Amino acid sequence: MTARRIGVAAAAAGALLPLVLLAVFSFSRNWYWPHLLPGEWSSRAWQYLTSPASDIAPAIVTSLWIALVVTVVSLAVALPAARVLAWHQFPGKRAFFFLLMLPVLAPPLASTMGVHGLFLRFGLTETVPGVMLVHLIPAVPYTILMLTGSFTRFDPDWEAQARTLGAGTLAVWRYVTLPAIAPGLALAAVFAFLISWSQYLFTVLIGGGQVITLPLILVSFQRGSDEAITAALALVFLAPTVLAFALTAKYMRRHA
Amino acid sequence: MLMLAPASLVLMGLFAGGVALAVLQSTGFFAPASEHSFTLRHYTAMLMNREFQLSLILTIAVAAVSTILSAVAGVALALSLRSLAGRWPLVNALVQVPIAIPHLVMAVLLINVLSQSGLVARLGYAAGVVALPNEFPVLVNDPYAIGVITAYVLKETPFIAAVALAMLARTGDEYESLAATLGASPWQRLRHVTFPLLAPAVVSSSMIVFAFIFGAFEVPFLLGRPYPSMLGVVAQRRFTSIDLAERPDAIAVSVLMSLITAVLAWAYLKLMRNQIGERPTLF
Repeated sequence: MTARRIGVAAAAAGALLPLVLLAVFSFSRNWYWPHLLPGEWSSRAWQYLTSPASDIAPAIVTSLWIALVVTVVSLAVALPAARVLAWHQFPGKRAFFFLLMLPVLAPPLASTMGVHGLFLRFGLTETVPGVMLVHLIPAVPYTILMLTGSFTRFDPDWEAQARTLGAGTLAVWRYVTLPAIAPGLALAAVFAFLISWSQYLFTVLIGGGQVITLPLILVSFQRGSDEAITAALALVFLAPTVLAFALTAKYMRRHA
Repeated sequence: MLMLAPASLVLMGLFAGGVALAVLQSTGFFAPASEHSFTLRHYTAMLMNREFQLSLILTIAVAAVSTILSAVAGVALALSLRSLAGRWPLVNALVQVPIAIPHLVMAVLLINVLSQSGLVARLGYAAGVVALPNEFPVLVNDPYAIGVITAYVLKETPFIAAVALAMLARTGDEYESLAATLGASPWQRLRHVTFPLLAPAVVSSSMIVFAFIFGAFEVPFLLGRPYPSMLGVVAQRRFTSIDLAERPDAIAVSVLMSLITAVLAWAYLKLMRNQIGERPTLF
């Protein structure tokens, strides 16, 4: 009983404490040692975030744009691949899975450093498309692995049955395949988005400090020791994650 | 096979192609530094380099300690939440929230909480244990990488707990009930029934955690010490150095890191096949 209570407390603290702390920090002002509460409450950080004078709104737009394109491309690339991987046997399938595992298991540092020279030659360094391309290196394998799981639980015969009943390719996709894999597809989209959204190192390496995304701004404010603005930025950075979890929880409750 | 073409383009072109270019550029074919013939000197130089050696040891130590602590805490958390998670599915979602917190955010939080004038130090002041910030132990950018390890334990414990909870939900409690009927004590049930049931999932997810921390950058970048730092930070620092001649060294470090990741991935897939006899069910 006590063990369970500690467990619940730990899980709740792990989930809620970060948000509460960041919110307090973001509204704090003149919070000096050794006070446990801020000397003043202030919306300065949030005003700064939304003011046109700061570079934060453009950085958020850049981050969103990169993450959205990476999500759409990842899904488009992963959907056909996942179907094949889930339903068909072919020589080299194990090697293919091994290759898929690598960029997922550890951030693909060597690849990014390796393509840097090539990107330089094609004018892709310090550009948004260049950054999108390196974000695809971890995002695509992750999406493929997740969607392969969805397709494995889906029986290809269902598609065949629909076709026998006279459904065209589009109708099969719209009324049979899509509804069956929709939850997995949504989850894969969320993960692809979050992988790109939270990328720092590869954006710096390929973007060369010219492509400014939210994580770059976050780190520079952390280095500049402005706690309130850093905390506000961290909350914005967390927003898509929180949103994704709220939607997942809602979905789970509806289908429980 | 046409269906695999776009994926192969990303995987072979960008990922494997990138690694191949990295291997070339670190073995003497790096035009910007006027290197045009095969050499392994960047590798030997790095392997003999004191900073690299210290960084390698630090990286392995941080990854190992963080993984072990996360595995122990994760299993404990899963066991304590087990009965609740069965009745209240939202518990599973709650456990998984920290998994999705970006590492950068975790680092920012820990700087505010663990630094010498941070919240924990202030609680210490309120309790009368510390009077001044410098009396509080250095837990961020510290010599023992306590800040880095704390960040990873907080991030990875929920991951292991989620995997263990899923495993417990799948196996049910019949085995434990049976053992209890046969007179096994609670500890005997845990030791001889529950742990062996959990072991494959916990070991394989621990390998993933270890590989990830081994190759990580953001957390040691913000919470680690400048010297020695973890390998990802060493590679980044040398790569972005003004001196282009350091770039092949940086790439050599990242290629060595990939090699270790590849060995871990291979061992992971082998383990999954031997124990479960199927495709990795992680994702």
